[in-house]
Amino acid sequence: MKQKGWKELTPGAVVTEPGSSKQFKTGSWRAFKPRWIEENCIHCLFCWVYCPDMAITVKDGKRGEFNFDYCKGCGICALECPGKKGNKAIVMEEEGN
Amino acid sequence: MPKIVAVTGNEAVAEALRQVNPDVCAAYPITPQTDIMQRFSSFAANGKVKTEMILVESEHSAMSACVGASAAGGRVITATSSQGLALMWEILWIASGDRLPIVMPLVNRALSAPINIHGDHSDGMGARDCGWIQLWSENAQEAYDNTIQAFRIAEHLDIRLPAMVCMDGFIISHSITRMEYLEDEKVKSFVGEFKTLNPLLDIEKPVSYGPLILTDYYMEYRKAHEHVMSKVPGVVKQVADEFEKMTGRKYGLFETYRLDDAEVGIVVLNSAAGTTKDVIDEYRAKGIKAGLLKPRLFRPFPYAEVGDALKHLKAVCVLDRADAFGGSFGPLFMDIASSLYIQDKKPLMFNRIYGLGGRDYMPDQAEHVLNELVETAKTGKVQSVKEYIGVRE
Ligand code: SF4
Ligand code: SF4
Repeated sequence: MKQKGWKELTPGAVVTEPGSSKQFKTGSWRAFKPRWIEENCIHCLFCWVYCPDMAITVKDGKRGEFNFDYCKGCGICALECPGKKGNKAIVMEEEGN
Repeated sequence: MPKIVAVTGNEAVAEALRQVNPDVCAAYPITPQTDIMQRFSSFAANGKVKTEMILVESEHSAMSACVGASAAGGRVITATSSQGLALMWEILWIASGDRLPIVMPLVNRALSAPINIHGDHSDGMGARDCGWIQLWSENAQEAYDNTIQAFRIAEHLDIRLPAMVCMDGFIISHSITRMEYLEDEKVKSFVGEFKTLNPLLDIEKPVSYGPLILTDYYMEYRKAHEHVMSKVPGVVKQVADEFEKMTGRKYGLFETYRLDDAEVGIVVLNSAAGTTKDVIDEYRAKGIKAGLLKPRLFRPFPYAEVGDALKHLKAVCVLDRADAFGGSFGPLFMDIASSLYIQDKKPLMFNRIYGLGGRDYMPDQAEHVLNELVETAKTGKVQSVKEYIGVRE
């Protein structure tokens, strides 16, 4: 995308296009990647509630896969996940492993 | 008919704010400004204005609430002095960077420590580079007139920048002088309806304020800010012309007094200009060609025009009611020196620091400076570039 020059900017850096944060893919920030272990998942959707980037997908009331375009690997979901019988349903792994 | 009144500077500014009737005011008391907001909150409590008063716990919060209310789409005011302005420091930059046309009377007072409540320009000078417009006022009439004009300048759709209106603490804010109030209707129609620009509360057109702008765009936003500042003088003159048509009172980017044919000149801000003009008259009567320049629009500083108005002089003294520690010279001197730097022919210059912490500026100080100017013009030599005057050894 061609970057704008100083004459083309909205005064005060006001963002006038609603929902434009979708264009900003935070997935590239990731150093750690969450992995979902489906058999330990109780579909409580805590991860969906806590994820700051709305990177947990939900289908028919059930937890779905991560959206790695936006998951920045913060690990909040893994921390909050209650899992099943003491076994976490989300674990964080180093990127590139 | 305009009303002739005998009022203090604070009373006059509070009256201007009543007549403008802004949407929101968030304020915190601080001497010597307190009196403006005390009067204004009485107007709000007594239904004389429809303004929503937000009483906050600090000036940091006052300016923060102003930023929110202005981004929401309201006409917004506050007022402060000294440490209050210092506490707003961080948010002053947010207000200007977000291009929010907040209007703020600044009743100039010295900065602590040592603690001092009196008139001094250290507060306003400390905020001179934060992207706000600054109008400075010699007396209550000018403070009243500048407050009214500030709304038009700040809110102009080509500008949209916050504006401070400065006047000297106590010397002007608490002294009663004779002046003229305009009729409410005239002020109302002069400032006009507030026009919003990308208001947060327009739910049909959702917007976000304050995004993160990193290396890819920050510099473009700063260049855009510098550019919009360059348009301010034109708008200031246009608003002043309209104001003159309504009131007969003439304003420009700065005032000159007996300067055109002068050989020596004094540059000074605010109330000390009045005393200086009297002494200049005495020197003129003795055949000494002295004149004065008093900046009104201090930010953005009209370098080219100021330099042009001073370049014919043989010697100039800049009087500063603040020092810029470690910067060698007073802040006004540095701007005047920059204004003359771009001129081919320039006068000899020196800087005198006076009146700090409300120390009286007396006619004998103006005489002292004028004598020095005459001597400098005659000998072609500056005795000493910077000195404090009216200080005990
Ligand atoms: S790691 Fe962070 S960003 Fe990624 S899905 Fe979990 S909570 Fe969301
Ligand atoms: S928080 Fe854990 S258990 Fe709950 S839905 Fe998410 S992955 Fe499943």
